[in-house]
Amino acid sequence: MKNIKISFLVLLAFVFVFNACKDDEKTETVTGFGSVEIEFDNQAGDKSLVLGNTYKTAFGDTVKFTTFNYYISNIVFGKADGTTYTVPKNESYFLCKQDDETTRAITIDNVPAGDYTTLSFVVGVDSAKSVSAIGERTGVLDPATGASGMYWSWNSGYIFVKVEGTSPAAPLDAGSGERIFQYHTGLFGGYNSTTLNNLKTIKLTAPDEAAEVRENHEAPHFHLYVDVLQMFTSPTNISIAENPYSHSGAYSKTVADNYADMFIIDHVHNH
Amino acid sequence: MKKLLLFSWFLTLLLLQACNKDENTKTSFQGIVLPANYPAPVYDLSQNPVTEAGFTLGKRLFYERLLSRDTTISCGDCHISYAAFSHPDHATSHGIDNLFGKRNAPAIQNMLWSPTFFWDGGVPNLDLVPLNAIQNPVEMDETPAHVLEKLRNHPAYPGLFKAAYGTDEINTARFLQALSQFMGMLVSANSPYNQYVRKEPGAVLSVEGLAGLEVFTAKCATCHSGALLTDYQFHNNGILDDFSQDQGRFEISTFQEDIGKFKTPSLHNVAVTDPYMHNGKFKTLRSVLDHYSSGVKDSPTLDPRLRQADGTLGIPLSAEEKNYLIAFLNSLTDEDFLRDVRFAE
Repeated sequence: MKNIKISFLVLLAFVFVFNACKDDEKTETVTGFGSVEIEFDNQAGDKSLVLGNTYKTAFGDTVKFTTFNYYISNIVFGKADGTTYTVPKNESYFLCKQDDETTRAITIDNVPAGDYTTLSFVVGVDSAKSVSAIGERTGVLDPATGASGMYWSWNSGYIFVKVEGTSPAAPLDAGSGERIFQYHTGLFGGYNSTTLNNLKTIKLTAPDEAAEVRENHEAPHFHLYVDVLQMFTSPTNISIAENPYSHSGAYSKTVADNYADMFIIDHVHNH
Repeated sequence: MKKLLLFSWFLTLLLLQACNKDENTKTSFQGIVLPANYPAPVYDLSQNPVTEAGFTLGKRLFYERLLSRDTTISCGDCHISYAAFSHPDHATSHGIDNLFGKRNAPAIQNMLWSPTFFWDGGVPNLDLVPLNAIQNPVEMDETPAHVLEKLRNHPAYPGLFKAAYGTDEINTARFLQALSQFMGMLVSANSPYNQYVRKEPGAVLSVEGLAGLEVFTAKCATCHSGALLTDYQFHNNGILDDFSQDQGRFEISTFQEDIGKFKTPSLHNVAVTDPYMHNGKFKTLRSVLDHYSSGVKDSPTLDPRLRQADGTLGIPLSAEEKNYLIAFLNSLTDEDFLRDVRFAE
């Protein structure tokens, strides 16, 4: 009887010690909160995207871009063991614009320390936010100000991805005298009845090293390449002559299916 | 004696109170009165409680021409109070630079019950409605951001926003919700028909009107259903057989089966909201009824209820039935609403 009691005590002590060890390990390395940077580095094929420069689409059209904007929302970081950290919803809406460098590098604070190997996000504005009360749409979601040019007032909703430019393949626009193409893609599935749903959730895996988020450390950096030319191909090669404009019509599904694979993590940079 | 004195004091007090009460009803703001025979509103009033200062601001904004690019067009220019805020005599309205739109300006009434707005239902929330008219290149052709800037620089608006919201900040939500307060107040529910439905003392419909109600219930109320006299759904009612100029609900949903479908309008105040249909094709109620009885055009998306078993199109209506229906439709006119000075410019 006594022996049993003693062995129980020993066991208990072991458990304590083990736990203590675990705790120590945690406090030493991966507790607390840090920051993560995500850079959206826009590309055109194997070159850095420069508005006004000439590129060629998969179909063979010569293009110059004037606008490349997109919404990123609902960011989730994942670890190798499958656990995830979801950025609080209201801090998770970003509008990246090619003509404004400050919008293309975003910093997420208060991320639990850890090694993150995956990154997922929604291209566009999710349906819940798209139908939210006007008072909850601030910053880049304010239809009058922050979302200016990225909101359809006649078919209420945000433009998820906006690509505009000129191409000899495009028809002549009487107003501007230019041959313009326009791909404005939105549609989140509809408020009261179903419409097209062009929301795309993108899940990316870091090619080699994980992003090591640590408290009181410089933020690790997910460096993404976003290839605008991917919007013109895979699965469908877009001919600008045939489809120079796409807005809220059925063709927008083709455009959205194409741009779903324009994001990759080129590398992760730990400081 | 003492008792009498006490009694007279009591009486005086009562009288005074009665006076006070009268005064209160005259001066105090009534807010939105929900009609007993209407269902619960769709619009969430708790998100935007209507106050006197908010309503006053919203009314001023509704009649404010600064909302347009060149300060020529206000909401009230195409939505006129005595026509239930529709545009009399205009099949389609002339907006900025005298440009014409492609659709008839709909009435603005009972907006709190509408799940969608505009003929194609492209806007799902009352708060988002003004953004469409402001940005439409043939209506106001202005950016909402610039409207806000003009209001901030205006001598009166910062004060009006402060009265409505406590601070003089002018932002998107405040601007839009003040307009919603005004439009939300535009409740029309006092027509002879509505009084009859509520069984109010003295409420009667004429013999013809009652006969018309019977025809209406049998032949029209499948789409013009419920207390608001609309199912808020989208139908192709055979106005055209070629919708290439305006594809209606299809332009929102992108589904082929929605080509040529437009939202069923409410029929409250229908006698004063002419011209009728999405393109303002008909000037009189009689021409609308003639359309349904003998003018329906066929196309793949035509509402099946407009196909009779024998293959003829439309709704069979005798001349007598049309007269009864017109008498009934005239009983839907709410004179109190049309003449309400709180709403007029």
